[in-house]
Amino acid sequence: MTDTAPDLDRLRGAAPPRNHDARTIAALTSNPGCARRGVMDAAGVDKDAVAQELGFPAPFGQSQFAITRGNAFEAQVKADGCAELLTLLRDGLGLDVPEVAYDDLELVAGNEGRELRHSRTRRLLARALETGEGTLFDHPLLRLEIAGRPAYLEPDVIAFQLAGRLHVIEIKSFAVVDGQAEPEQVAAAARQSAVYVLALRRLVTELGHDPGRVSHEVFLVCPENFSNRPSATPLDVRPQLAVLERQLTRLTRVDAILAELPGDLTFEPGEALGASVRAVEARYAPECMAGCEMALFCRDEARACGETGALGRSVRDDLGGVDTIGTALALADASLTPSDDLAETAAQLQAAARLRAEALQGVA
Amino acid sequence: MSALTSLARLEAVAAGAARPLATVRHCHVSDAPLVLVPLKLAGEAAAPLAVMAGSERDDPSLLVVPQPRNRDLRFAFAADLAKLVLNHIETSHGAVEELPPAKDGEERIRYGDAPQFLVPNRGGVAFLRLMGRSTRFRSTEGPYAVDPTVPVLGRWLTWFADRHDHPGSSLLGAMTELLRLHWATGQSSLEDGNLAALMGWIAPPDGLDGPAAAARAEDPVICPPAGPATDPTFDNEVLAPAVAAYDRSGPGSRAEERLRAALAGQLTPTWDLMWQAADLLRALPEGASVPGRWERDRDAFTYYHQTFGEAYPQARRDPPVRAARRLHDLERAQDAYDAQRAFDDPLVMAEHRLAGQAFGGVVTECDPTRLDETGKRPKLRPHLRVETQDPVRLDPGATVCNAARPALKGRIMEIEDGTVLLELTGGMGRKLTPEPGAVPQPGDRVCFTSLTDGSFGAAKFPDREDTPWTHGGPPEEYVPTGEDAKEDWS
Ligand code: SF4
Repeated sequence: MTDTAPDLDRLRGAAPPRNHDARTIAALTSNPGCARRGVMDAAGVDKDAVAQELGFPAPFGQSQFAITRGNAFEAQVKADGCAELLTLLRDGLGLDVPEVAYDDLELVAGNEGRELRHSRTRRLLARALETGEGTLFDHPLLRLEIAGRPAYLEPDVIAFQLAGRLHVIEIKSFAVVDGQAEPEQVAAAARQSAVYVLALRRLVTELGHDPGRVSHEVFLVCPENFSNRPSATPLDVRPQLAVLERQLTRLTRVDAILAELPGDLTFEPGEALGASVRAVEARYAPECMAGCEMALFCRDEARACGETGALGRSVRDDLGGVDTIGTALALADASLTPSDDLAETAAQLQAAARLRAEALQGVA
Repeated sequence: MSALTSLARLEAVAAGAARPLATVRHCHVSDAPLVLVPLKLAGEAAAPLAVMAGSERDDPSLLVVPQPRNRDLRFAFAADLAKLVLNHIETSHGAVEELPPAKDGEERIRYGDAPQFLVPNRGGVAFLRLMGRSTRFRSTEGPYAVDPTVPVLGRWLTWFADRHDHPGSSLLGAMTELLRLHWATGQSSLEDGNLAALMGWIAPPDGLDGPAAAARAEDPVICPPAGPATDPTFDNEVLAPAVAAYDRSGPGSRAEERLRAALAGQLTPTWDLMWQAADLLRALPEGASVPGRWERDRDAFTYYHQTFGEAYPQARRDPPVRAARRLHDLERAQDAYDAQRAFDDPLVMAEHRLAGQAFGGVVTECDPTRLDETGKRPKLRPHLRVETQDPVRLDPGATVCNAARPALKGRIMEIEDGTVLLELTGGMGRKLTPEPGAVPQPGDRVCFTSLTDGSFGAAKFPDREDTPWTHGGPPEEYVPTGEDAKEDWS
């Protein structure tokens, strides 16, 4: 890193750093090539606030009905030291769960720093791993290295030790009807759980244990059919883990990105904010809409630049990777002579244009 | 997608308006479809909140669950919806047509028409499916009795949702899907999922272009979402207080009226768009194979309607043989549907030409009376040379047929740069000289393709009694239990 590279804390300005959660990390890996997101996340910038300030508030409103329902379901499952949850694991899945203790690691919170909470998580997990005692740990604070920087993770999950192995239990309030749930929701839950499994594995390794002691099998606890009754479904997240690990190593190293940026860059509110954000390169795709607070801003920018990616990754692929709409159209009507590596794409586009015109002739 | 549809999207961006993806209409649109715009309570699997429904644009019915968490109100809503839906089913199937008896001598009939349901989007289909699942097993007697129409509604909703999975079926249409079949917009498929934004590109309100109309459509205050999910801000700022007020004041109160008005305000814009969209589709000339597919829909409807009284509610899960047969049916239907659309529509055929599975061009040489005399008897085998610019990816020996008249079959003899030599093998009559007009003449524009009309035979699957042990052996007949009837719906 050069001396002039912006300091991560200064990038954020006066605002306190935002913690990652598994959703943001899962989203991060869905667009690993985006430097803008990489830098903002590494600096713990409140992207929500930035987007708002720029006039593109994130479209992530939540209905109070959904929140109430989610909270009620979670509270119900966890009531009386997770009594329902244990019944579910014992009777529903036939697991031989001995007597357990329940530790809520969030209770330490107060004003204490993340380091303190994290070390408490470490301490308790270390003891559990050594003694092998069955324990439910609620709200562990985990840490995961993201793009060369540690990120804290506040999972809303329970780590559960069974027969010497830790399992992640994730409570979700979407319904499983006749053994089936909405595929996107299950996929999102699996991606998030994989983040927790990975973070737990790193922690277990640091504590000098075999990472294999964290199971790739997580338990998803959801309402069954149309009731409030919880049901538990084991979910193998090995595929998601593999993707996650690959993407994390591919994440452009933040330090390398920072080195290219002006030293006085900052994401503090103010007139220069838009220019600062634009100074860091983005790679917008419609998938951003589901996971990144900056999505509407970046979409606007991508559209203004005529990026083909704004129409979707598949469109960009169909166009042989041509980045801008203007170029693609010019190749299609042959007003632009293609470079050698685009010759094939150009021929394809010209054929497409000719066939479209021919088929539409009789209609116009 | 393909380079062709992607190019259409780019053209749409450049034009600021949607571009056609079809030259004909590929779906059936009834004169009086039952339009259903459902809303559900956020955070719940299928807790109905409201539905706007009806088969006349000027006369929508609004059904509302004023306290969506109240089980009794929910079932009252289901009973009201049942009356509306079942009435539509019974009044829109037309008269019975007698058909020639089947091969085994069994009598066959078909209704002259069938009901068509239209919902705004895929979410609407999913909602009807879940609504069907949560009502079809209900018992009409005993401690958890519901109105007798409720389980009937559940079975019909399940059936329609099931037909939606059937490629080419028009019985239950999701409007965004139907529109996307015919137009390309300058936004991504994600944004196309918003009916108002999609319509903004296709038919923008006066004074706006596509992008402006789509941007306007993304403001939930001006264009409430088309459901079934509601706008979270509406939930928090309008719906929640309105429901709370209803809780305090009870049925028949001003509070209930206000709640209904608020929900009507969310639903009406989508209701209007649905009819506008149906008009746009109707204005397209109908594809040649659309009536045939609608006839299959009518057959399916007739069968279900006729056997409704003898059948049980659909099982929670398909037994293996049924599941395998269903999958096979769907794949066949998809192939047939893809091929039919291509034969009906040169713009769809253009996709196949671009992919090299079809080619079009001008006939340069023709030997219409050529005979193949190598066999015992001479056969009529005209030769045809077609000049084409298309990137043909078919091999010599491949069988092709004429896109305009699929009966005319041929075989590719040789492909040289820019020309294809064809030997015609069938569809020219029975004599040794072709029927007049059967063989294209030099100068004619033709298009040949390796696609077939999808008329291959049905696969054989074991009867349910013969389900192999690998698939669990013969399944028990699914009989709904008391458990099903009293299942929570909370
Ligand atoms: S929305 Fe913008 S910042 Fe976020 S991932 Fe996409 S391109 Fe990057």
